[in-house]
Amino acid sequence: MRRKSAAAAAAIISGALVLSACGQGGPSSASGPITDDKVVLAVLNDQSGVYKDLSGPNSVKAVEMAVADYQKKYGDDAVATDIEVVTADHQNEPDVANTKAQELYDREHADVILDVPTSSAALAVANQAKAKKKLFLAVGPATTELTGDQCNKYTFNWAYDTYMLANGTGTAVTENGDKDWEIVYPDYAFGQDMEKSFSSAIDEAGGSVSGSIATPFPNDNFTTFLTKAAASKPDVIGTMQAGGDLINLVKQYNEAGYADQGIDLAVGLMFITDIHSLGVEQFAGTSFTDAWYWNMDDKSRAWADRFMKETGTRPSFAHAGNYSAALQYLEAVQRAETDDADDVVDELEGYKVDDVFLRNGEIRAGDHRVIHDAYLAKVKSPDEVTEDWDYEDIVTTIPAEDAFMPEEESGCSME
Amino acid sequence: MNAVLQYTVQGLAAGSFYALAALGLAIIFGVLGVVNFAHGACYMLGAVTSAVLLDSFGLGFWAALVVVPVLLFCFGVLVERLLVQWLLALDPLYNFLLTFGLSLVLVDLVKRKYGVSGLPYERPDVLTGQLSLGDLRLPTYQLFVFVFSLAVCLVVWLLMTRTRIGMIVRAATERPDLARALGINVNRWITPVFGFGIALAGLAGVLAAPFRAITADMGSSFVIILFAVVVIGGLGSIVGAVVGGFLVGLVEAFGQAYAPAFAQILIFVLMAVVVLVRPAGLFGREEAA
Repeated sequence: MRRKSAAAAAAIISGALVLSACGQGGPSSASGPITDDKVVLAVLNDQSGVYKDLSGPNSVKAVEMAVADYQKKYGDDAVATDIEVVTADHQNEPDVANTKAQELYDREHADVILDVPTSSAALAVANQAKAKKKLFLAVGPATTELTGDQCNKYTFNWAYDTYMLANGTGTAVTENGDKDWEIVYPDYAFGQDMEKSFSSAIDEAGGSVSGSIATPFPNDNFTTFLTKAAASKPDVIGTMQAGGDLINLVKQYNEAGYADQGIDLAVGLMFITDIHSLGVEQFAGTSFTDAWYWNMDDKSRAWADRFMKETGTRPSFAHAGNYSAALQYLEAVQRAETDDADDVVDELEGYKVDDVFLRNGEIRAGDHRVIHDAYLAKVKSPDEVTEDWDYEDIVTTIPAEDAFMPEEESGCSME
Repeated sequence: MNAVLQYTVQGLAAGSFYALAALGLAIIFGVLGVVNFAHGACYMLGAVTSAVLLDSFGLGFWAALVVVPVLLFCFGVLVERLLVQWLLALDPLYNFLLTFGLSLVLVDLVKRKYGVSGLPYERPDVLTGQLSLGDLRLPTYQLFVFVFSLAVCLVVWLLMTRTRIGMIVRAATERPDLARALGINVNRWITPVFGFGIALAGLAGVLAAPFRAITADMGSSFVIILFAVVVIGGLGSIVGAVVGGFLVGLVEAFGQAYAPAFAQILIFVLMAVVVLVRPAGLFGREEAA
């Protein structure tokens, strides 16, 4: 890493020397519609850590698929003739994300940064986007801050957020009769945010939260937390754990046999990769909100088949979200006939769209929340599974306008 | 009352993982003077190997309880022969760094091969369900983990105190020079002891497979607590490792129950107190520290 940047610094210095030695020169900046003669899409996400499987390198593949589709659709008429996809690893650290975003915008001439899971990292990138006046289409982060207090002109949130998850699962599970909740959540920004969102969604739906338990993160032993949560005999335990912690908790929930005692389990955030790694058997019957499911209809399935050929695995909603964000960005460039960030933002704002990922989608102009249909899903039981990755039943479709926080509540003001 | 009993069982079950793994760590430290930082990674390897055995070879949990420790024993022997032995003569810090590096390599290799989101594992049917005693419901698997690991610890303790091999190993631990002077070939026991310690970590991993998430990172935070266990019990002390393991499990469970926010800190508070009052740990000898 250090050697790499040292090499880069050496390259810049020697480059500068060559230029000054020549007296004048350097690449003449073309004043065409496309800055730097090419459109650069940068995927900034977790390439090696806990979010690698649910997004990671395969999101880069998804973005490349979007580029190929754009080129195929417009051929010689394409405004963006030269498109480059670059990638960087932010290791889920806000400070790394901040530096990487700077590098991508400045040195790699990125026109747009995509994905960025981990809310704190995404907020750092949003600040860079605002400062550099370049686009940031967020797919991975869950925080409503991106389209709330910390919103800005160049940042859009594409796939989901904590409000949408709580509103979907919290409301639906309560309305289905599980009125009395206990919430178990990891004690960091995402978990606290989820706990708040769920509590208010449950209250609104006529249920009540009798207790919330904060747990350390990461943690591999939830047995005592679960005993405490079950002590008040709630209808349902809502877990806001994610990734490996979620799997720990579900295994121990099953071990203790709470389902037989009539205590259901609802999951705040879950990706299909989680179901795959734990196995359908242990998750069977669990309700959760999904932003997209690869086998929900023919259109999704056809795309998932292409994705399978590229990557050897089925896509999570984050993969499809990155494809959609990249595709809609390029479409906006096409309509604007330039990659100038302000013009592209004008094209995106208020745009209504239907693609593989976004159904009844609209890119809201007021807060840059991209709204689309969301889905209440239930994990199949093992005997219902007919093929690999066939894990979900879509129970209800939550219409786009109901799925997300109303624009007037977002608290976003773009000056 | 019921709740207290429940927390106690949960604490002892959690402590079982610590006790087994810490026992391995203590034995290795005792005989080789090596602080094996790769112990968490070996625990992870135990769980991952069980999942792979089930998925690729159809070998279930019971077979894994035997096969995995054997495989990890061989792995330990390999590591000792190829790597650890060359650094034994140097400052212990070198082997600490070596095993730290080794754990990074192992974790990344597993990530490369199996991804980061973990592997599925089916529980053995016999061990599902709960034991009901009136209002009290105790998960069968937790009870099994506790009884099984207690039995293993007991066997190891008997092996160490009641057999000739055990006596040699203990002599080699406590007075290596004197043991040599009495004509005991101490070096002969170094490799198998290292392998045995690794096998115990692997065994803890097998027990964790049905109960915890099987991911490449599962050992990373585990090993930190493991060091706290060994320090509390007394570095190199076999009884100390086991008692420390169960003690830390109990502290964790009651911490989670009555002071959730402080559950993990409590373990390290306990460690700090022990170190202040008895620098060598609960069962450590002052001169060994």
